[in-house]
Amino acid sequence: MTPLYSRPLDLEQGRIELSHGAGGRAMAQLVAELFAAEFDNEFLAQGDDGARLPRCDGRLVMATDAHVVTPLFFPGGDIGCLAVHGTINDVAVMGAEPLYLAASFVLEEGLPLRELAAIVRSMGTAARAAGVTIVTGDTKVVERGKADGVFITTTGVGMLRDGIEVGGANARAGDAVLLSGPLGDHGIAILAARHQLGFESSVQSDTAALHGLVANLLRAAPATRVLRDPTRGGAAATLNEIARQSRVGIVLDEAAIAVRTEVAAACELLGLDPLDLANEGRLIVICPAQQAQAALAALRAHPLGREAALIGEVIADERCFVQLRTRLGGRRLIDWLAAEALPRIC
Amino acid sequence: MKYVDEFRDAALARALAAQIAREVDPARRYRLMEFCGGHTHAISRHGLADLLPPEIELIHGPGCPVCVLPIGRIDQALRLALEHDVVLCSYGDTLRVPASQRLTLLGAKAHGADVRMVYSPLDALRLARQMPERQVVFLAIGFETTTPPTAVALLQAEALGLENFSVLCNHVLTPAAMHAILADASAATLDGFIGPAHVSTVIGSAAYEPFAREHGKPVVIAGFEPLDLLQAILLLVRQLNAGRTEVENQFTRAVAAAGNRKALDCMARVFELRADFEWRGLGTLAVSALRLRPAYARFDAEQRFDLPYQPVPDHKACECAAILRGEKRPEQCRIFGTGCTPEHPVGSCMVSSEGACAAHYRHGRARQAVIHPITPA
Amino acid sequence: MCLAVPALVIAIPEPDTALVDLDGVRLRVSLALLEAVAVGDYVIVHVGFALQKLDVEEAEATLAELRALGASRDGAAR
Repeated sequence: MTPLYSRPLDLEQGRIELSHGAGGRAMAQLVAELFAAEFDNEFLAQGDDGARLPRCDGRLVMATDAHVVTPLFFPGGDIGCLAVHGTINDVAVMGAEPLYLAASFVLEEGLPLRELAAIVRSMGTAARAAGVTIVTGDTKVVERGKADGVFITTTGVGMLRDGIEVGGANARAGDAVLLSGPLGDHGIAILAARHQLGFESSVQSDTAALHGLVANLLRAAPATRVLRDPTRGGAAATLNEIARQSRVGIVLDEAAIAVRTEVAAACELLGLDPLDLANEGRLIVICPAQQAQAALAALRAHPLGREAALIGEVIADERCFVQLRTRLGGRRLIDWLAAEALPRIC
Repeated sequence: MKYVDEFRDAALARALAAQIAREVDPARRYRLMEFCGGHTHAISRHGLADLLPPEIELIHGPGCPVCVLPIGRIDQALRLALEHDVVLCSYGDTLRVPASQRLTLLGAKAHGADVRMVYSPLDALRLARQMPERQVVFLAIGFETTTPPTAVALLQAEALGLENFSVLCNHVLTPAAMHAILADASAATLDGFIGPAHVSTVIGSAAYEPFAREHGKPVVIAGFEPLDLLQAILLLVRQLNAGRTEVENQFTRAVAAAGNRKALDCMARVFELRADFEWRGLGTLAVSALRLRPAYARFDAEQRFDLPYQPVPDHKACECAAILRGEKRPEQCRIFGTGCTPEHPVGSCMVSSEGACAAHYRHGRARQAVIHPITPA
Repeated sequence: MCLAVPALVIAIPEPDTALVDLDGVRLRVSLALLEAVAVGDYVIVHVGFALQKLDVEEAEATLAELRALGASRDGAAR
């Protein structure tokens, strides 16, 4: 067979052009030399429009996310690994084992191929490290100015074994609320990287795949009721969602909620509350009180949960308030923000 | 954080609160007003009111500059953004206030307006230098803490000879707010004042002497942190118990009697007093606000652009006027928490997290709940 | 909005501009409203400006007063 392309992609100086999304040779080359080369697996190698997946021994769980973060590269990560981790986590917090990902790209005309290659490499690395396979995808190109570099949508499929039932409506009065680590890292890392507020900090995004942490947790505390990762809107939004879904109240202990010193300082300077900031590698766990110690031990035994803590409890409250007992012993409500404190952070 | 964390020490806070509880006279009430948005925020954020004995009532006065900004002024900014194609810059909270037709400045972006959130007036100045072909307008709000920065931005604009930068000035003055509260309030309404922290670093503690003298109310200037506020409350309790009406300065680490001379001079160079100005919730107050001096007219957005002013009254059911004066509490407003919430604020007190109603929405409602003890890990 | 925090001046890269540090977060602020600020001073930062120097001696004096108030009388306070 004659080779399809006369010259390889110029990954150093080249840029995305409209032809890369047109379905012809240029697009085929982009897929072959960039995406398939990096993701390289038996499903992509089939070369079909969809992936034929093996049977699975449990219920299916599916989740999807669009990623529109700006800037594309930030301390601790990039839009690529963020997308992979984010969807893995959405599947994991259903109690399921993430197996396959689909990734669709909307590329902006003019995006340097060097950047796209770095993003794709980052996705490949993240997926392999997590033991998850990117089995199918899609590429479109839009005119310059219509997408901030690239938008990535990832859809994940996982397997939920029998006997695991986690969901936002399951919390009950008396349950313990746990948090796997410090709040606000991703939010502050993104803000600093935007350079619009004129501050510098060394805070790194906490973006990480949490399914290993979740698996350990569920083995130690199989009666876990709710799992969620507090992304956009922060822990405040997540806890309010859960309180309403379960029709309960939640009381938190401010002194127990970890926040890195630098994150706290940035929040003071900018007038932000760490509870409102996005996280990309943290887990909120709600489990029966009797399993709280076992859950905590399992979280702390895992590299992503070393700073896990018991941060509060679920109470009966028909108003579904989320309350905070402050360090001083006073009380306030944790409301979720109507509008986003910071746009475009994940 | 040095010089912050030490002033948040929980054990000391409890000890101070216990001391206050010991010294209050159970036969009377102590109605103490603070009028510093930062104080309102600090009290609700730390749940300070929960530590105080029931004899003490904390009242949130008009210390939130976003809250006292009239809707009509935001409408002017919206006009600039939507009809005059300017780059409209302001602080975060200002961009979220619903004005006429419930449109916010941030919401105007969806209609094509170029609205930018800035952290400092110097950011707006920088934008003007980067975009010489666009008109950049800075919507300036704030009391005397925030006014000197705007003055410096204008002085720099003058030095640079910028032709595309202007300010829509809504700076207001703290003494005027205090006069308005005291002029109308009956003697029984307020007992003492917690003086604003950072306004006082600029205007100095001496600025409050007239109030203590003329109205016979003690003023204690307090720092920003919980221990500062608690110490100030203790000092006020002691003054009231002894029948004293003095100005005391608790925030000695940042406030001097004369204030910040250089900041005051910058303000005086650039700004002059308006005869009067509309304050949302308080009505029109005399000598209460600033505008640019004639020498700086070319930087005055009100003169550069055709911006007629149309006052917009608040909803009939809105009780902000009474709440700002300490005559009513947020929960006594008919629409509090129902028609008027932080997501859909009807009146000025709900508009920003520093407003009395927003603070109560977040903090006060929690007091009705029963807290269960949390088992330590 | 009234937000103002004390931060440490760690450098003065240009006249009238300070680099301040608050627990590892760094910010450039204008010194146009103050005189004679030096590296090692604490300044109160508000909307990109240093608004006032923190009088460290007064700060320590206030803390000492507060601690004395806290220690007095109530041994069971801790």
